[in-house]
Amino acid sequence: MKKDNQWPLWEVFIRSKQGLNHKHVGSLHATDQQMAIKNARDVYARRNEGVSIWVVKSEHIHASSPDKNDCFFDPANDKVYRHPTFYNIPDQIDHM
Amino acid sequence: MNITSGTEEEVTMDEIGTITDFIQDEAGHGLYLYSAMETLGKSRDQSLQELIDGKAKYSSIFNYPTTSWADIGAIGWLVDGAAIVNQVALQRTSYGPYARAMVKICKEESFHQRQGFEIMMTLANGTKAQKQMAQEALNKIWWPALMMFGPSDKESVHSQKSMAWKIKRQSNDELRQEFVDMTVPQAELLGLTIPDPDLKFNKKTGHYDFGPINWDEFYAVIHGHGPCNKERLEARRKAQEEGEWVKEAALAHAKKQRNLNAA
Ligand SMILES: [Fe+2]
Ligand SMILES: [Fe+2]
Repeated sequence: MKKDNQWPLWEVFIRSKQGLNHKHVGSLHATDQQMAIKNARDVYARRNEGVSIWVVKSEHIHASSPDKNDCFFDPANDKVYRHPTFYNIPDQIDHM
Repeated sequence: MNITSGTEEEVTMDEIGTITDFIQDEAGHGLYLYSAMETLGKSRDQSLQELIDGKAKYSSIFNYPTTSWADIGAIGWLVDGAAIVNQVALQRTSYGPYARAMVKICKEESFHQRQGFEIMMTLANGTKAQKQMAQEALNKIWWPALMMFGPSDKESVHSQKSMAWKIKRQSNDELRQEFVDMTVPQAELLGLTIPDPDLKFNKKTGHYDFGPINWDEFYAVIHGHGPCNKERLEARRKAQEEGEWVKEAALAHAKKQRNLNAA
């Protein structure tokens, strides 16, 4: 077996011109952060997709566990009062 | 490759520039798909090794030769055209990373198809020799493009499971029909003839009927006996082997930089 010289994996985030948050667009391999940013530009921003690129080593990303979604997100389930529609507003008011 | 257009006229630098971009896009498509594989726990190196070892499948179309500039046009128009039909359907595939890759890919494919069509249009409206070159490319690529959708639904071994898991959203035959219906009027517009004597619009169904596909050829190609299978895999193997030192050197350089920064 030949020796493993796979370059580290990076996740790429791009912020579009519209000023929305950086959004995850994909991943790539690179030896360091400069190469990751340049490669991200060459692969994920080929058609003016963005004005800012973040790269993060994949190993630094921690995720919630999809298997436990039920109990993990359950604190939000019984709190209908967090939604604006929970509150009664007189009909005379068009918008609020 | 002969990239002259069949007369004294030659391919322009602009055309070479766009073709280079097309190739860069496609390298990106490979990357998105390998990334989707990585989310399932298969490393890039593993995937590439399986490709080189002949264990991983890849599209049957890549085993056909590209010998003229018209082939480049016909490939963009028909092969990328067929790929789009497939990939548009796959944007709704049930595996998220795969679906998201497809959304990105579809945006880029449409550039390839239009570029290919424009090449065909230029040739079809050019000299007699150019038009003939375009016709020959269509003759050559038409049937392999139809085969890209895979075996007929009755024969397809993986289709049932893929449909049940919603990885695949439309059947091979449905997608193939969609492609034929879309492409016939485009060929008419080019003034080129699709190499199928049975091709005819069916008023009852509202679709084009087309002749039988040579499935023996298809199975020969996917089992390694197409015109270029060996050459294609050999090129991948060589690239992998000869690029090895670059990967190692870049890793060593990055490590050295890190140490310098730390010091
Ligand atoms: Fe592609
Ligand atoms: Fe393409």
